[in-house]
Amino acid sequence: MLRIHKPPMAVGAVAIAVLPLIMGRVPALEHYPLLMVFAGIYCLLTIGLSLLMGYAGQISLGHAAFYGIGAYTSGVLTVHFGLNPWLCILAGALLAALVALAIGTPALKLQGHYLAMATLAFGIIVNIVFREEVRWTGGPDGLIGIPMLSLFGFHFDAIVKYYYLVWAVVAGAFVFSANLLQSPVGRALRAIHTSEAAAGAMGIPIARYKVTVFVIAAVMAALGGSLYAHFMNFINPGTFDLFFSIQLILMIALGGMHSIWGAMVGAILIAFLSFEWLHHFGEWEIVVYGLVLLVVTIFFPKGLAGLPKMVTERIRR
Amino acid sequence: MESFTLTQQLLQFMVTGLTIGSIYAMVAIGFNIIYNVTEVLNLAQGEFVMLGGLIMVSLHVALGLPLVAAFAATVATVTVVGMLLDRLAIRPVRQPTVMSLIIATVAASMIFKGLAMLIWGKNPYDLPAFSGREPILLGGLVIQSQYLWVIGFMVLVTVLLALFFNRTILGKAMRACSDNGAAARLVGINTQQMVLLAFAVSAAIGAVAGITLTPIALMDYDRGAMLAIKGFAAAILGGLGSFPGAILGGIILGLIESYGAGLLLSGYKDAYALIVLLLVLFLRPSGILGGMAAARSKRV
Amino acid sequence: MAQARAGETLLETTDLVMAFGGLTALMDIHLQVRKGTIKAIIGPNGAGKTTLFNIITGHLAPTEGEVRFKDRVISGCKPHQIAALGISRTFQTVELFSNMTVLENIMTGRHLRIGTAFWRCGLGLPGMRRQERRVAQEAMELLAFIGLADKSHHMAGSLPLGEQKLLEIGRALATDPALVCLDEPAAGLNETESETAARLIAAIKERGITVLLVEHDMKVIMNISDEIMVLNYGARIADGVPTEIQNDPRVIEAYLGDGSGL
Ligand SMILES: Nc1ncnc2c1ncn2[C@@H]1O[C@H](COP(=O)(O)OP(=O)(O)OP(=O)(O)O)[C@@H](O)[C@H]1O
Ligand SMILES: [Mg+2]
Repeated sequence: MLRIHKPPMAVGAVAIAVLPLIMGRVPALEHYPLLMVFAGIYCLLTIGLSLLMGYAGQISLGHAAFYGIGAYTSGVLTVHFGLNPWLCILAGALLAALVALAIGTPALKLQGHYLAMATLAFGIIVNIVFREEVRWTGGPDGLIGIPMLSLFGFHFDAIVKYYYLVWAVVAGAFVFSANLLQSPVGRALRAIHTSEAAAGAMGIPIARYKVTVFVIAAVMAALGGSLYAHFMNFINPGTFDLFFSIQLILMIALGGMHSIWGAMVGAILIAFLSFEWLHHFGEWEIVVYGLVLLVVTIFFPKGLAGLPKMVTERIRR
Repeated sequence: MESFTLTQQLLQFMVTGLTIGSIYAMVAIGFNIIYNVTEVLNLAQGEFVMLGGLIMVSLHVALGLPLVAAFAATVATVTVVGMLLDRLAIRPVRQPTVMSLIIATVAASMIFKGLAMLIWGKNPYDLPAFSGREPILLGGLVIQSQYLWVIGFMVLVTVLLALFFNRTILGKAMRACSDNGAAARLVGINTQQMVLLAFAVSAAIGAVAGITLTPIALMDYDRGAMLAIKGFAAAILGGLGSFPGAILGGIILGLIESYGAGLLLSGYKDAYALIVLLLVLFLRPSGILGGMAAARSKRV
Repeated sequence: MAQARAGETLLETTDLVMAFGGLTALMDIHLQVRKGTIKAIIGPNGAGKTTLFNIITGHLAPTEGEVRFKDRVISGCKPHQIAALGISRTFQTVELFSNMTVLENIMTGRHLRIGTAFWRCGLGLPGMRRQERRVAQEAMELLAFIGLADKSHHMAGSLPLGEQKLLEIGRALATDPALVCLDEPAAGLNETESETAARLIAAIKERGITVLLVEHDMKVIMNISDEIMVLNYGARIADGVPTEIQNDPRVIEAYLGDGSGL
């Protein structure tokens, strides 16, 4: 039975809550809350992607597009129109949902390779739009002056404050996804993954379910994008390109896409890897990513989340 | 020279489109060779093109090897790379699903790209055109001689492949594998070796595309992904798996891109091909050659 | 027999044609299934039996003709819509959700009969939890009916073939169908296993569920079916009660010609 257990969730929540308090006191770890802000944003992306790829079995190689749609909606609407940032976040999520609906409806009728290429092409087209619509997006130079968030006079102006905001949203997304997965909907998604013919025969509307998870994943990504934009106050197209879509795949493959826990672990690891540890590799960065992705794909098809089971099975044999 | 008429300009775009289309066609053919035998969609196909261009630059420009020798050595090297890809990245995948195999080729393409950056750096490289840079004037058209080389090599590759698949035992065995792997095994064909061969041939064609392309468009470590995507778009356009389709698809795509960039917004050059790809996928996933083409097309 | 014939028509196909490119897999098929009966479809390999099932359950759209269920045209509907109308099925090549437990497979079969709104599931409202418990309980009862109660927490993919076939039948029943289409439920089973399957099918009929059955095992067919339709190369060559079919010269010809024997 698919169960997402409560105790680890509680432990995780407490750990996230006290981490900044500890890290703030250790000089060597002072910048970790900053890294954890990015990690949290990545988690929003990978949780949605794990629903889509790990559970429903539908590949997306263009997920960075929705991340960018969230970020640029927030950016353009605040910078050019001076709208309230919270409103812009909502608008970003809405736009992402609509685009996901428009693209997902025809794309998710495709299988395997065709779906992979459709999402890949979609991601690149959106990135080209970010680059080319210079008047609105600032083009390759990016968009500056995106305001920070504040609520009733409380400004999310310190990293730690933003940390709690981001992780509160992540917690929401996680609980929503966990509930979904443990419900009839979660079963239906896994059914579609294993056999569309049988799922259809059980009365599951396959097309509608696939598109709905696609939309949910898009909305989570857009939320992440908006949070990123209001945190950095600056965005440029490079953040939302094909390479980032691939990095997202790396995150869920590394953590284990068949588990939302795995998706989070992968997101956090890659955030730390790319912002902290990979300096040591210098120019080797891309090669290291490639090797990690290859090794995981070949030897650990269930990612780190599948490791305990793999180990126990080995020992038993 | 400055006052091109519109017709001249349109013709000029056509020549450019045919040339770039020939490159896409070669990439698409490479895709199809691997896809037909293995059902693997090799997203690292574009890296063969990139490696072909850059290795040629090193051998021909830096080491000063003569053109023909450098050409042969480059194709041979990239062929070995293609075989390594099969042995080290594709065959070892323990749970080969469509998704995991796609991801494995993506990983491999990252490794190729990263290594290329380490070896050649981030700057683009030029390669002398095969027969000089003196353009050929043809009825008011200015055609770079290298364009003709590109188109010529595409034709040559096609002819050689047709001969290979129809006239040689090895080629026939490979076709048998793509038609029906299990049956091919039954009659004693070593399918694993056929897969290796598919990767080798496909890599060699990629290298040829890269070598011929570089004098026109330069080459750098980062070009593989976009070339792969365009090549795949061409393959889809013509119906995945079909060789005539790949050529037709490549050329149509090249023309769309050339006319799109010339007549519409040039910044969206890369987008036009992809928008066409999406439209074809959504409206007619079996490709423009029609309904049964995709199903029947596992044959030259 | 006579009373079986008296039942009203539940499912009917008229002038059904299915062409795959040049191959005509079904030609002008007229099939009638009466409520509360077991109707069998037999025929040599490649006769078009599975194709007929695929059309009835919406996995294929017929080239010509129509399917009527409860006096409604259903051909052209999606599989999930047809399932919602009350037709369920099993697959010749077992299509279980192999990475789910036995219990979860049955619970998935309840999908149509429970609340499945995305937002309600995502918010994890208390009503949803109660529903999950209820569904699990219903699923356990069904597992008891098919005799797999003690395997409820095994992974479906790890069961032996005989039990997988039973589980697929159970999953089909979980949708509360009016008509269940079973595609070779006894294929690949040993003597005892096929007897179990046959008993189960008879018990399904007892529950008031109409059964459409494709099977090669003649012992199973002759024992439990009320009517039999015989297909050969996509054409209907006979239709009637078992005794009529057994003595029909065209049927004997088709089978002997095929070498399989009746
Ligand atoms: N999707 C399809 N595309 C093309 N041909 C098909 C398709 N499905 C079935 N066929 C062909 O239609 C014919 C009937 O097949 P079908 O599976 O219905 O036979 P069957 O009576 O179920 O046989 P068996 O007893 O072997 O299960 C066969 O010749 C088969 O090859
Ligand atoms: Mg059949």
